[in-house]
Amino acid sequence: MKLTVHNALAALAVIAASAVHAQAPTPAAHPNLARNLAAQCANCHGTDGKSDQAIPALAGRPADYMNAQMKAFKEGTRPATIMHQLAKGYTDEQIKLMADYFAKQK
Amino acid sequence: MKMQRRDFLKTAGAAATVSTLSACATIESAPQIVGVAKPRVVVVGGGFGGATAAKYVAKFGEGNIDVTLVERGDAFVSCPMSNLVVGGSKQLADLSVPYTGLAKYGITRVRGEAIGIDPGKRNLRMQDGTLIPYDRLILSPGVDFMYGDLPGLQSVAAQSSILHAWKASPETVALRKQLEAMPDGGVFAIHIPKAPFRCPPGPYERACQVAWYFKQYKPKSKVIVLDGNEDIVSKKGLFTKAWNENYKGLVEYRNNQTLLDVDVATKTAKLEFGDQKADVLNVLPPMRAGNIARMFGMANANGRWCQVDFLTYESTAIANIHMIGDAIQIAPGMPKSGHMANQHAKVCAAAVVELLTKGSVNPTPMVANTCYSFIDDKNVVHVASVHEYDAKDKTMKTVAGSGGLSAAGNELEGTYANAWAKTIWADMLA
Repeated sequence: MKLTVHNALAALAVIAASAVHAQAPTPAAHPNLARNLAAQCANCHGTDGKSDQAIPALAGRPADYMNAQMKAFKEGTRPATIMHQLAKGYTDEQIKLMADYFAKQK
Repeated sequence: MKMQRRDFLKTAGAAATVSTLSACATIESAPQIVGVAKPRVVVVGGGFGGATAAKYVAKFGEGNIDVTLVERGDAFVSCPMSNLVVGGSKQLADLSVPYTGLAKYGITRVRGEAIGIDPGKRNLRMQDGTLIPYDRLILSPGVDFMYGDLPGLQSVAAQSSILHAWKASPETVALRKQLEAMPDGGVFAIHIPKAPFRCPPGPYERACQVAWYFKQYKPKSKVIVLDGNEDIVSKKGLFTKAWNENYKGLVEYRNNQTLLDVDVATKTAKLEFGDQKADVLNVLPPMRAGNIARMFGMANANGRWCQVDFLTYESTAIANIHMIGDAIQIAPGMPKSGHMANQHAKVCAAAVVELLTKGSVNPTPMVANTCYSFIDDKNVVHVASVHEYDAKDKTMKTVAGSGGLSAAGNELEGTYANAWAKTIWADMLA
């Protein structure tokens, strides 16, 4: 009996824990996460996305456009030499942070 | 006087960690003190890692951090693209960028050789005796060569004859001159050490570049690749395809070639299973972290490479010393490349700025790699990957499903590879 009660309590605890987990908001992103993620792109696309080379600049491009392009790279609907492989390394949330960051660069 | 202010700042910081509520006032007042004597970051090495770290500490620090870059050379010379100097389609000047562009970020540049560190007093000792104080030190020394197991290559004279040309420099041009002086019908042999070494696809790209030169000017000659590894370490299918299709009969590949010694006079590689004589012999000695990074037990991976905390790139052995680039013990799948060193540098720079301004370190850093190799002067192949921090295993792991290779060499990627070089050099130095 004791065991049963114990199990029931344990089950309740698990339910409670998962409810808390489900309701818990995503931990707040690090304040510089967007900047840090975007810095990964700079090797090819220029510091802060500013470049005059053959690889396109990203600075100032609308965020919606960037999100759509990265989605197209991921899904293979936009042909690419390398971006279809790199785009798959990032979640939609990470891409959104980067897109917003580049949209703000002038 | 400055030191006293800095000491006061440290005392203030220490007090802040001891008490709780009262510490808030101390922390809030800290930026004013920082404004008087800024925290100092000293970076050693002006390559892909160090130059990027200096620029990004200054950039992320938004004027609140005093940055010094210590570098022995007067200009940056890029290793990526330097095989094209060996092949003959580029000159060393095409790969050289001055350090003058960093001045606009307020970075102090010290030209000279750093030879010592006092981790207790936190200063860097230069060859001329100058001491440069730091709050955090970032070491990006690249690799040094291990000639210890090769008796014939101990002397400077021997090393000037049997070249590695694995650091872009006049030695790269010297290797090109050896090839130019070689008669048609000669043999170029390159020995590759066991991995890990700087730039995994580099030796195979070099074989392509020499074969490209031979095909045009010395078609009776031969390239022999003596690989110390079981198999081609990087881009295997792409290099094999190039050798079979573009350079048929010109390139011979041999695996498991352990190098025991070199006979300099006869340009002979003495291998475990026989000798290979060459007209131009190119030996890439085994490599390890640059000398300064191996002090104080910092090379704590086989005595060769330096283990770091991948959140901050701080040495796991000595506090306040960070390591980036080829010198570190890499996580699986994370190559020793210039592109990767630039990526380490940005994660490290962001963390160092947070640590020095009482911010929080980003718990989810990511890095990506892109590496182009030239099959000839125009056609290029790539390998790419994306890596994320794994908090459980405290290491970087390749993001599942990310990355990949080119299908075959192509000219479009040749255009992108040239653009990549110019852009990453600007990301470091302009």
